[in-house]
Parts: sequence; C-alpha cells; structure tokens
Amino acid sequence: MKRKNQRLVLLLLAIGAVLGAVLLGMSAMRSQASFFYAPGDVAAKGLPLDRAVRIGGMVKQGSIRRHGDGVTIDFLVGDQTPNTIRVVFRGLTPELFRENSGMIAEGRFRADGIFVASEILAKHDENYMPPELTRRGLHKTETVH
Amino acid sequence: MIAEAGLALLWLAAALSLLQLVLGWAALRPSGEAMLRAVRPVAVAQGILAGLAFACLIWLFLRTDLSVKLVAANSHSAKPWLYKFAGAWGNHEGSMLLWVTVLAMAGAAVALFERRLRQDTLIATLAAQAAIGLGFYAFLLFASNPFTRLTPVPVEGNGLNPLLQDPGLAFHPPTLYFGYVGISIAFSFAVGALITRDVGPAFARAMRPWVLIAWIFLTLGITAGSYWAYYELGWGGWWFWDPVENASLMPWLAATALLHSVTVLATRGGLRAWTIMLAVVAFSMSMIGTFLVRSGILTSVHAFAVDPLRGAFILVLLGFYIGGALLLFGLRVRHVKEGTAFEIVSREAALVINNLLLSVILGLVFIGTLYPLVTQALGQEISVGPPYFNAVAGPVALVLVAFMAMGPMLRWRRDELKALAGRIAVPVLLSAAALLALVILAPPMNWLPLLGLAMAPGVAAASVAPLWRRNLRRTPFFIWGMVIAHLGIAVTLAGMASESAFTKETLVAARPGQSVAAGPFRVLFQGVTPVVGQNWTAIEATLVARRGEGAPVALRPQARLFSSPPTPTSEAAISTWWDGQLYIAIGEEDEQGRWQLRLWWKPFVTLIWLGGGLIALGGLLALIGRLRRERRAPA
Repeated sequence: MKRKNQRLVLLLLAIGAVLGAVLLGMSAMRSQASFFYAPGDVAAKGLPLDRAVRIGGMVKQGSIRRHGDGVTIDFLVGDQTPNTIRVVFRGLTPELFRENSGMIAEGRFRADGIFVASEILAKHDENYMPPELTRRGLHKTETVH
Repeated sequence: MIAEAGLALLWLAAALSLLQLVLGWAALRPSGEAMLRAVRPVAVAQGILAGLAFACLIWLFLRTDLSVKLVAANSHSAKPWLYKFAGAWGNHEGSMLLWVTVLAMAGAAVALFERRLRQDTLIATLAAQAAIGLGFYAFLLFASNPFTRLTPVPVEGNGLNPLLQDPGLAFHPPTLYFGYVGISIAFSFAVGALITRDVGPAFARAMRPWVLIAWIFLTLGITAGSYWAYYELGWGGWWFWDPVENASLMPWLAATALLHSVTVLATRGGLRAWTIMLAVVAFSMSMIGTFLVRSGILTSVHAFAVDPLRGAFILVLLGFYIGGALLLFGLRVRHVKEGTAFEIVSREAALVINNLLLSVILGLVFIGTLYPLVTQALGQEISVGPPYFNAVAGPVALVLVAFMAMGPMLRWRRDELKALAGRIAVPVLLSAAALLALVILAPPMNWLPLLGLAMAPGVAAASVAPLWRRNLRRTPFFIWGMVIAHLGIAVTLAGMASESAFTKETLVAARPGQSVAAGPFRVLFQGVTPVVGQNWTAIEATLVARRGEGAPVALRPQARLFSSPPTPTSEAAISTWWDGQLYIAIGEEDEQGRWQLRLWWKPFVTLIWLGGGLIALGGLLALIGRLRRERRAPA
C-alpha cells in the first residue's frame, strides 16, 4: 500500500468504526432502553407491554403484603395522581425500602396491569432520591447540613 | 489553624501552577532560555504543596475537627480510625482535593524523573499540566472549598455513609485516581508534543512508561471497585453498567488503545496522529467522568452533592480543555509526519484493529451513558441498563479478544496469512473442542457466555504462545508483561462467562434449623444472634455449609444498623473455594419467624478479579522491562 493512501485508509476505517458504533448503539438503544413510568403515566399512556420499563413512586401506607413463600411481596405504588400500580416482587428488598417512601423498580407489566419487578432499586443512602421522582415532585430530597 | 494552613497551601499551590504555566510559556519563546531551569522546580514545589494541603485535610479528619464544615458533615468521632482517615475522600470536596493532588503530583513526578523527552517538549508538557491544574484549583477554591469553617461548632458530626465504611474505601478511590487522573500526563505529553512539533518514536518511548503507570493503577482501581461492589452491595453482581462504573471504564478503554498505539509509534514510527488523538481522548474521558460523577446529575453512591453551580463549573472546564486540545490537534496535525507504512497482514494492522474495536466499545459505552442525560434534558425519562450494554459491548469485546489472541503471533510490517494460520491452529482447535464439549455436556446457556467459555482456553493458549521455544530466563520482561496481561484477559473472560452461565441462586424463607440447597452445598441455617460493632449493631445469621462429605464451613451474613447516620446495610458472607464462591445475604424476618435468605453458588467467579490482577501485573512487568532496557542502553 502506498504511504499516501495508508493514512486515508486508516482515517476512513476510523470514521467507519465510529459510525458503525453509533448506528449499532442507536438501534440497540431503540429496543433496549427502558422508559420511566409513574402511576399517572400508565393511566395516560396505556400499558407498555412490549418492553421492560422502570416505574417509580411512593409505596402506599399499609399496602405491603407478604406471600406465603416468605420471599414474595406485593404492594401499591402511587404518585400525586389518584392512580396506583400494583407491584409484585420476589427477592430481598433493599434495606431502605419501606411504606411511605420512594422507590424505583425495573421489570415488566402484565396484561392485567400488575407490574412484575425484576429488581427494586436501592436508595444508596437516606439523602438520595431517584432524580426521576424529585423532578416530578413525588418526593422531596432532604439534605443534611 | 490546620484548616487555614491547608487553605493557604492550596492557594500557594494554585499560584505556583500559574507561575509554572507562565514560566513554561516564556521559556519556549526564543529569548526565554533563562526560564528553562525554573520550570521543573516549580512543578515539584507545586506537587509538594498540594500534597501538604491534602495531608492537612486528612489530619482534620483524623482529629474529627468539627469546626470544619466538611468534617462535621461527613465524619463522626465514634468512627473507627481507618474510616476517619479514608473518610477524608469519601465526600465531594475531599475527593476533588485528592483529584487535584494526584494531578499536581503527576506533574511533579514528570518534572523529577523524565529525562528522555526533548527539553522544549518537556517544558510544554509541564505547562500544559499546570494549565489543567489551574482550572481545577479554581474549582476547588471557588466552588468546593474543603476547608470552610462552621459556626457554631456542632457537638457531633453527621457520620459517613455506612456503605463507604469498608476497608475498600482506603484502597479503591486513591488507586483509581492515580490511574484516572494520572492519565492527564498522556494528555499533557500530547499537547506538549503538538506545540513543539515533536511527535515521533523518541517521544512515544518517553510517553509509554507514564501511560503504563496510569493504566496499571486504573486497572487495579476498577478491579478493586468491582470486587467491593460485589461483596458490599449484597446483590451478588460484579458489574452493573452504572454510569459511574462506565466513567472509569471509558478512560481505561482509551488508555488500553493508547498503550498499544504508542507501541506502534515507538517501535515502528506509525500511527502518529492517532496516538496523539488517543492521548487527548483518554484524559478527556476522565474529565467527562469527573463531570458525570461530581456534578450531581447522576444518583449514585459516588455522587455526593447536588449543586448545579459545580456541574456548570466542571462543564466549562472540560469544554475548555477538550476543545482547546482538539483545536490544537486540528491546527497542528498536518505537521505530524506520516507514519511508516505496513501491510494488511502485520502486527501493526492487528493493533489498528485492536484500536478500532476498543474505540467502538468506547463509543458504545459513551452513547449508552450519555444518551439518557440528553433525553432527560429533552423531557423524556429513559434508562439504559445492562440489556443494552451487554448486547452491544459483549459481541464486539469477543471479536476484540480474538484479535488480541492473534496479534502477538504476527510479525511487524508484513506477514503471511498461511504462516498465521499455522500458528493459530492449536488455539483454534482448543476453542473448538471447548465449544463442542460445552454444547454436549453443559446445560443450555446464552450464546454470549457460551462463546466466552469456548474462547477462553484458546485465548489463554495463544497468549502464552509468544513464550514458545524461547529461553524463559532470557525472555525480556516486557514480553512477559504482554503474555501475562493477555492471559489475564482470558482468565477474566472465563470468570465472567462462568459466572453468567453457571450461577445457582436460591431464595428462601427459612426457620432456624432448616436446611437449604445451594449449588453443590447443603446449608444449615442455625439461627440468628444480635452482635455489636464500634458504630453499629447487627442481626447475624449463622449458616453451616457442607459440600458432599467435606468439612463444614460457617458463614455469618449480617443485617447491620449503623448509628451515625442511622442506616441499615446488608453484609454478605462469602466462602471462597478453589472453584467458586458461596455467597449468602440475609433479608428480613417474617411474622412466622422465618428469615429471608438469598444464596448463590458462583462457579469460578473469582477468576474475574484474578484476571484483573494479572492484567495489572502484566503492566507492571512491562514497565519494569522498559525501564531496565532503557538503563542498559540510554537513548
């Protein structure tokens, strides 16, 4: 290969690789990114049944029920709208998961509107709140000074 | 007084970095030769002052001086001393001070030890390092002052986030920062060489050890962080594709590419402009990562404070530095000489493919990490998680690993495909045999771990192939380094694939006295007892695990409650065997007196971090090899 051409070929390869990465990334993003739904959104936009999503809101007072196997629970998640989502989860809940507190869950909706959570996201620390919730005014972030 | 002294030292260090920049600039002018000698001492003094300022902060934390706002907000007198010490960087201001200290010390190290770089390039490099430092000193002094006093003085501090109260805090952040910020040297070298038009093999040979050092620390820091998350979070995962993890992975990918392209430049004189570009990109990724982590736009254990001003400040800084470096690159790239040409089948070509694939993975991780922030600014909440990253990065990484296995078997400049086919026959046969065995014998699994498991033995064999027919005693250290680092990749790959394919999970609610199966183990749950630590109380479960007729092993996972701040955490119990780890976490008690238990048997999961250690060890051997060869034959 001639010297002059080599730099050009390398440059084209680099551009091709970056373009390929962007295209691959964007197409994967379309199928893999999960959208955030608050209980009000489900009522407004309908159930997203085709993909995994995230939901978030406040765990309703008195709504947590334990199932007989001891490791499955279900509970209601609400926001400032009158809507709620019933969530079923099998696993250990994060330490800071409790009633009247904010939570985020990842999983899928069933056709009957129940959300099967694959994961309940932990708040790492009592000062933190998922930004999706604070931005929507679902939860006030307290800071310690 | 200590706080004031620390602040004064910080101001002095900032002033010296300004002096270093001005002196460097003046020294490079035709009449400036008199200044040449001053730049190195100034850089060393700046590093020492920054180090002393950081020592002041550590001292304040060790004494729990509550009149300092940062200490009061993040420490507590009843904390074990190790966490007082390491707690100095377990907060926003302290970690930024560590950041700047590493930056200044890296510059000082270059001033002290770099002997081979052309003098004008060295001066330009130190000036560039000072320019970066100046911006981040300003950020510390004006937007993140760690030494602010607090009146009235509180009676007690707020304490440290209990998740951070782990020996990992003493090791992971400093190690990571040495790599993460240390890569700034590559950036400054690139800027320096562009300014003095000194891009060539001699420059690359001077830059290589510095890139290696930063890369070794970065590798160790990421490996340590992964293991820490694995045992501390109690979720049994070792990589979550959390934006903060990605923020450390992106500079690593760029630095890995740089490490290989700088070798092409040093030995063959090729890939000149590309190497310079990678050096700029690597530290740019560090700065973008700093922005992601420290601006508060992410929610994470690493994001300490939410303050829009800080985010904007870092954004302006990184826009200025990255934009400036790219502009300089654009202006000077035509003065960078065309590299030596090579054939399509050659070591160089394999390294080009390695670089392109690493860049593609970097691009994919970059898009996945930043896209949610863009859509969020546009008003749509999406999250991009493991499904995306595994789907896009996994396959590309496997192709990359295949080329990595082939690369060292190729000759420089030109080689024959036929010869290559002969050399890779054994590894390919090994992998094919492994694939066949897995398909026939192993339970069905996803194609990604399947391919990973099949490739691992072949890649391992190919990695050690460069030692074939060599006198092992006389093999240079840098060959050993390459072999061990590549072997480390194969080992990590095997660990990741095995964990993903063979992990057995058991989730039960058990009464004391009940027995549970977890993989090859029978685990007897004996019961729970309360235990007390220095600043926590806990419920501790005792479980006795037996494998077949083997000796019983006791595991004691805890559900802890820290007193300051009052936070519950889960401490998993891990039992390590030669072929994997048994991992147990405890949950809550239900009304019937049953305890939730989560047990995992993770075959060969330890290989993930063992491989990470091997990769870093390989880097260290290569570094020693390069430095020894230099001493013998001074350039």
